[in-house]
Amino acid sequence: MKGQLNWFTGGLLLGAAFLFAVALVKPIGVSTQLVIADGILWNLFSDTIVQEDPERQTGYASPNAYLDKSEGKYAKDIANPLNYSFIFVLAMIAGAFLSSKSGGPKANTADRMAPQIWRQRFGEDPLGRYITVFFAGIIVLFGARLAGGCTSGHMMSGMMQTSLSGYLFALGAFAAAVPAAVLVYKRN
Amino acid sequence: MNIIYAIILGIFFGFALQRVGANNPQNIINMLRLNDLHLMKAIFFAIGISSTLLFLLMASGIIDSEHLSVKSSSFGVIVGDALLGLGFAIAGYCPGTSLTALADGRKDALFFVGGGLLGALLYTLVYGRIKETWLFDTIAGGKVMLATGSEKFEPLLPMIPGTLLAAAIGVVFMVIAWKLPEKT
Repeated sequence: MKGQLNWFTGGLLLGAAFLFAVALVKPIGVSTQLVIADGILWNLFSDTIVQEDPERQTGYASPNAYLDKSEGKYAKDIANPLNYSFIFVLAMIAGAFLSSKSGGPKANTADRMAPQIWRQRFGEDPLGRYITVFFAGIIVLFGARLAGGCTSGHMMSGMMQTSLSGYLFALGAFAAAVPAAVLVYKRN
Repeated sequence: MNIIYAIILGIFFGFALQRVGANNPQNIINMLRLNDLHLMKAIFFAIGISSTLLFLLMASGIIDSEHLSVKSSSFGVIVGDALLGLGFAIAGYCPGTSLTALADGRKDALFFVGGGLLGALLYTLVYGRIKETWLFDTIAGGKVMLATGSEKFEPLLPMIPGTLLAAAIGVVFMVIAWKLPEKT
């Protein structure tokens, strides 16, 4: 596709992103930030979901067991949205926008609703695509949180560090994804 | 300072994902149905080279091994990644690329992110009820890595010099990247 880097240059760029992140701050991760985004919204409507707790190392606590996990780490990030990990994820969107506007691969109007392969299999009406990916989004993020990370954090950052969980995750994810993709979209 | 790093590194990563074509669900789906391995080659190469350089730079003291962060291996990882893999195959998006795909103006990505926020919320709500279950039983000690090189995380193969092991795995990954056919 026009504007798309080949595997070598693209892989080099991607590898550099993961290496620079761990060199300067910490390994890249994304999926936690959807929990933080939910928490920020929740916090707008609730006075109790994030509470200050001076006895804690982080200074925060939550009545929700997940947000309270690891000494209230997530509760702290929700109370302070201008933290490294959340800003990183917002900046990713800006970076992708910059690439798209400076000669990166473009999506045409039809591609923006559904990829070509979907349209070939299921027709031009995008509604089915929208409903399907909405449910796919639910299971992907539920699964990512249960696994403790997603393709970025577990697979790429994990295998870069030779972390056992990274290999486990990559094997498991592809063992599920390849048959599913072949079943839904066929080989040819 | 951390916020400046977040902005620069985030922009770099988002730029790389867009440029390599990972935002495009067509590329992800074609990789997963083993039709076009362009992205798989890029992923293998990215992991191989970053891992090799990471361990070399840690050994020479340029990168602080304190920055490593190894996630726990548990049964939840296996169940979770199977769920993730299923949705990944159907949608052609993972959490990171669905967000960067928004920048391409992809409307389906918006629905994926909406579903993702709901899925993350559901997990947040059920976590308290599942946290004591077998899902969180660790495998092989939990937060472990294959290679030595970290003070914080136990190595599974302490008898092999960590830098050598990581570089060897890294080189294997790069060779796989090079040898895999682009189109099948």
